[in-house]
Amino acid sequence: MRNLLRIIIAYHFQILFVILEVISIFLLLNQNDFQKARFLNITHNITGRVYKKINNTTAYLTLKKINYRLAEENTKLKNILERTYRSDEIFFFGESDSLHHQHYFYTSAKVINQTVNKQHNFLTLNKGSNVGIRPEMGVVSRDGVIGIVVSVSKQFSTVISLLNLDFRVSAKLAKNNYFGSLHWDGKDYRKVKLDEIPYHIDVNKGDTVVTSGYSSIFPEGIIIGTVCTSEVKGGNFYEIEVDLSIDFKSLVYIEVISNLQREEQIELEELSND
Amino acid sequence: MINPVSRNIFRMFVLVLFQVLVLNNIQVCGYINPYMYVLFILLLPFETPRWLLLISGFVIGISIDLFVNTPGMHTSATVFMAFLRPYVLKILRPHDEYKSGSYPRLYYYGFTWFLKYSLVLVFLHHTFLFYVEAFRMTFFFHTMLRVLLSTLFSVFLIVLSQFIIYRKQK
Repeated sequence: MRNLLRIIIAYHFQILFVILEVISIFLLLNQNDFQKARFLNITHNITGRVYKKINNTTAYLTLKKINYRLAEENTKLKNILERTYRSDEIFFFGESDSLHHQHYFYTSAKVINQTVNKQHNFLTLNKGSNVGIRPEMGVVSRDGVIGIVVSVSKQFSTVISLLNLDFRVSAKLAKNNYFGSLHWDGKDYRKVKLDEIPYHIDVNKGDTVVTSGYSSIFPEGIIIGTVCTSEVKGGNFYEIEVDLSIDFKSLVYIEVISNLQREEQIELEELSND
Repeated sequence: MINPVSRNIFRMFVLVLFQVLVLNNIQVCGYINPYMYVLFILLLPFETPRWLLLISGFVIGISIDLFVNTPGMHTSATVFMAFLRPYVLKILRPHDEYKSGSYPRLYYYGFTWFLKYSLVLVFLHHTFLFYVEAFRMTFFFHTMLRVLLSTLFSVFLIVLSQFIIYRKQK
């Protein structure tokens, strides 16, 4: 006790300084709005950080429960998804519909079976004639051209893949509209050949190849791929190798295109051929 | 002769009134804000007990604060300055010790000594005051500029007052 008193007397100057300073700072923070606000702001920042740390830690402890709930929710959503795509609902989007003349009609479908490693590859879709799919409709996905419907049953339809030696489609170079014939050579599922491009055209690696729209199956301008190599081989035409933009090994959801004016177009074309 | 206590109390009143009525109305360019009342702390006798130093700093600070309506701001700065005064005096001690019966004034220890003495303490006081007033580090250099300019102006006034008032004595 005496020692304490001695210390207080010895350091009375410093102690008094601290006391007075504390009093004035207390006054400062309590009586001045600006300083008070700043002080609260700073302390809230600090406490906020501490709370965040604590919250981060406690979040770990509840992870198991949260994971379980997420898994449960995922299953539920998957079931809903399954019902939706298995159902016979039609998803369609208008195109070229400027004057109520819708030109193309899209139906979404799911690929349920396919091959890529044969010479004649086909796909099977989960929708058929009951939602309006007919033979000779084009099949595309967001990434590019897939093939053409060859036969339909009530629930399913088969599609001749772009990766089929019998498949040919009219394609063009997007930059200058020179068109040629596109086919697969049966070797690599990521590459196709484009023929009949005249040799005086400037073709560079990376040029985009799109559908020409001449076939009455595909609309114009659907992407197919990009030019990989090009060389002139004996004659007046390029032999161009095209990198497909679509990966046939990862197809799930695709769209079937029906050309609503196809009949009319073909009728007219046949008339003039006769 | 009036005794030193009442003389100091009288000086405190004069300085507070001068500060509140005159100097607080001066603000040049938004930077220069002289605070001359710290002269009171500067002029307290050497023999003043150190606790009394702090108390006087507290009292004059809070009386300024009450007029300006910023409780605590000037108080904390002035207490801070009063706390540092003994150390500054120790550092600035002339070769021969402070003579008994003398006061920390220009008259006794010369212009250079007084200038140094007031410059250091006023700068410390102003630094504390302006940073507490700004209460943030965002405008660090802007605040520093205010501190420097105000310090110069305050010291100028303090030294000037010494020349004017104490020339005639002795």
